[in-house]
Amino acid sequence: MSDPTSTKPIHQQSLAELSGALQAGKVSSVELTQHYLDRIKQLNNKINCFITVTEEQALEQAKAADTAIAAGNASPLTGIPLAHKDLFCTEGVKTSCGSKMLDNWVAPYESTVTGNLKAAGTVTLGKLNMDEFAMGGSNENSFYGPVRNPWNKEMVPGGSSGGSAAAVAAGLAVATTGTDTGGSIRQPASMCGITGLKPTYGRVSRWGMVAFASSLDQAGPMARTAQDAAMLLNVMAGFDPKDSTCMDRAVPDYTATLDQPLKGLRIGLPKEYFAEGLDAKVEQVIRDAIAEYEKLGATVKEISLPRTHHSVAAYYVIAPAEASANLSRFDGVRFGYRCEDPKDLEDLYKRSRGEGFGSEVKNRIMVGAYALSAGYYDAYYAKAQKIRRLIRDDFLKAFEEVDVIMGPTAPTPAFPIGAKANDPVAMYLGDIFTISTNLAGLPGMSVPAGFVDGLPVGLQIIGPHFEEARLLNAGHQFQQETDWHLHTPSEA
Amino acid sequence: MEWEAVIGLEVHVQLATKTKIFSGASTAFGAEPNTQACAIDLGLPGTLPVVNEEAINMAIKFGLGVNAEINKVNVFERKNYFYPDLPKGYQTTQLDKPIVGAGTVDIALEDGSVHTVRIHHAHLEEDAGKSLHEDFAGMSGIDLNRAGTPLIEVVTEPDMRNAKQAVAFARKLHSIVTTLGICDGDMSQGSMRFDVNVSVRPKGQEKLGTRTETKNLNSFRFMEAAINKEIQRQIEAIEDGFEIIQETRLYNGDTGEARSMRSKEEANDYRYFPCPDLLPVVIDDSRLDKLRAEMPEMPEVRKARFIEELGLSNYDAEILSGEKATADYFEAAAKTSGDAKLAANWVLGELAKTLNQNDTEIKDSPVSAEMLGGLIARIKDNTISGKIAKQVFDALWKGEGSTADEVIEKKGLKQVTDTGAIEAIVDEVLAANQAQVEQYQAAEEAKRGKMIGFFVGQIMKASKGKANPGMVNQLLKKKLG
Repeated sequence: MSDPTSTKPIHQQSLAELSGALQAGKVSSVELTQHYLDRIKQLNNKINCFITVTEEQALEQAKAADTAIAAGNASPLTGIPLAHKDLFCTEGVKTSCGSKMLDNWVAPYESTVTGNLKAAGTVTLGKLNMDEFAMGGSNENSFYGPVRNPWNKEMVPGGSSGGSAAAVAAGLAVATTGTDTGGSIRQPASMCGITGLKPTYGRVSRWGMVAFASSLDQAGPMARTAQDAAMLLNVMAGFDPKDSTCMDRAVPDYTATLDQPLKGLRIGLPKEYFAEGLDAKVEQVIRDAIAEYEKLGATVKEISLPRTHHSVAAYYVIAPAEASANLSRFDGVRFGYRCEDPKDLEDLYKRSRGEGFGSEVKNRIMVGAYALSAGYYDAYYAKAQKIRRLIRDDFLKAFEEVDVIMGPTAPTPAFPIGAKANDPVAMYLGDIFTISTNLAGLPGMSVPAGFVDGLPVGLQIIGPHFEEARLLNAGHQFQQETDWHLHTPSEA
Repeated sequence: MEWEAVIGLEVHVQLATKTKIFSGASTAFGAEPNTQACAIDLGLPGTLPVVNEEAINMAIKFGLGVNAEINKVNVFERKNYFYPDLPKGYQTTQLDKPIVGAGTVDIALEDGSVHTVRIHHAHLEEDAGKSLHEDFAGMSGIDLNRAGTPLIEVVTEPDMRNAKQAVAFARKLHSIVTTLGICDGDMSQGSMRFDVNVSVRPKGQEKLGTRTETKNLNSFRFMEAAINKEIQRQIEAIEDGFEIIQETRLYNGDTGEARSMRSKEEANDYRYFPCPDLLPVVIDDSRLDKLRAEMPEMPEVRKARFIEELGLSNYDAEILSGEKATADYFEAAAKTSGDAKLAANWVLGELAKTLNQNDTEIKDSPVSAEMLGGLIARIKDNTISGKIAKQVFDALWKGEGSTADEVIEKKGLKQVTDTGAIEAIVDEVLAANQAQVEQYQAAEEAKRGKMIGFFVGQIMKASKGKANPGMVNQLLKKKLG
């Protein structure tokens, strides 16, 4: 079964292509949905990207979508089968955050992101695996086991939105949602060879997104192409009165500017992003991608983001500090995991949290609580916030002379499962190129730019606040000239 | 040695918003447990707070009401600790940048002087739920209806020197927040709760002694007793050679017993940090101007007006201006009656006594201010005497009529002012008491005043109280010579 106008099988087609096929009546949403459900049944045990598959609900939504399309009430996303990172609350469906703590928790309400996508007529195939509470860069920290990289199943898919990236790469969903606190959309997108966008902080509502670090978390689309990401962001973005940090600012049509020529685009290459620690082969892939942009008429200039080397340290104070408070509500009292036969209140707290959380989550809670402690606050938390402002200043200064900043998304391609399991610092350093944008609240995107040893490598594009359209335009134009985003792993 | 106590207060004032400080759930008191707690109040994963602007407005009004600076950028922080009735594991409150800065509240002392208590600051925060330790067979119940109710915590400087001053301050604060309409002032429902910080030092010494904090006092009476008890305890301890330990204490108002709850060493490290889910609250001038324009007359100003415009005594004005409900009642009664002094006497006298006897709040008085004003007007125009007026008041209280005029008419209590009719009664009484008449006429002038009372009493009795006492007096003097 495939779209007769395309030689590609359904699950290799982009959201835009499938949207066209649905609107033209060449395929029904029920057919599409069933195709993906069948693939999930066939392949999920190898990839482990789904925690929950909502088959019945998906087919019902697909039927409703077909009715809407037939009635002429369809949006461009109507009938498209998606899957969501398992930290978006979905009413009536388990929302686990990859944690034993919430293995028994069925959300009684819907997140704004998934609600917006449902309202646009999309189908939800299920909920996707992730690092527990979005803490990790390899998807090894999940109560539901590691996700495997569809390009090489011995490798990690990246994290924390590892399930979201792997599902798209493996053709188990047309597109997915992810969240990005320090690189959790872009880094797995890079490692799985897909397109992932972290919007500006405040562009997308955080309501119903289980918080890791509130001042850094942002939801975004993960898809095959920049065009697909633009179509999704059109629906995901927007003001939400339920999130005080969400900006009341008009949402442009992100698809409208995709075709703008890039002639004259000023690209900045931060010298700190091409420094020690960057895999030489990855660097070559990125340099080649930049050369492609020069062919499109962009100009390139070396810039400096001098505080880059402080970003990991600042991040690993601020994010755990916020997390230490955000995760206090998981206390075994009202919802989630509760230990057996607590003998008193203290025992209830200690064992429910001790048994319910995995070790990386506990590490970060302890780091965060320490950084906020009396006598340490100024040395850690207050200082990290100062660095955060300086990092933001670096970017704002850079954007006075360039339109976008480009560089590698991650210093290496995907690494073997278990390789960094006992070296948290090595794991944390993998976030060095993505963390700064979260600290500065900027939008960042990863687009497939080539391969190293058979594993995908992503180019990161960073823009000024609320310039998602510029990033999507740059990504789309690159994808008109290259076919890296069209490569698929053998099984997909 | 002569000792001096030093007292500072922290007062939790529940704001009278319709909904909670960070959610749309109702704040009404007394609902079934956990029926007024939404996903946000329960701290469900993924939920986010949105500040109730009305709570901000009320806090600003409080600041304006105590002559304080309003911090135009103020910040909510998270105060981290675990407790079952604290759903998120942190309380959202303010620390470094509270909404209300330094201010002042004046209190009247018994000697008639005015003492200024400085407000250190007041901050906005959310209340916790309630833990119920009874009725659950060895377990505890959690009621989260109160979780998220907006509070302002008012923190004073240690400017009070005895329990009476602390109570005077507390009463004044009660009057300020009820006048502003930002708190219902119902202490029995926990709308105002007091924490008292107490230390003692030898009189004349500058350095403060070690203080203790007694938490959660919810009546003026308990507060006064708790402070006095704590002052006494500290003095005795020091005189016996012990040191005061900085600690948090509890006072049981019902038993009058106090005990230590936790020492400073056991205190939590709350790990405060700015709440990343909330932006700093920014207050612009136009908002301040608008709220300033909405400010009601504050007790201080009202008291001055009662003295200057209505001619009340300092004492009467202080009491009548103290509580908004009383002040409003008095003003309405004064206006209807046209006699402020008489109205003051009635509100502070007969009305206060009857309210007290019936355990009724002035706002629930069956005799409205207009009814009382109408009654006083009839005293003023001599339709009835003061004595008869009490009968009319009783009848109005019991619902035997909706106006004084109606009761007077129905019961035939109208005062007799017809000279002929009164003269007939006077003559009758004098004739029946010839012996007393003779005694009176034989008496010295100085003793006659008292003796004439006898005749007045007899005449009033004969007239069933309806004879105009002034006219009776006049006629008697004329007839007795």
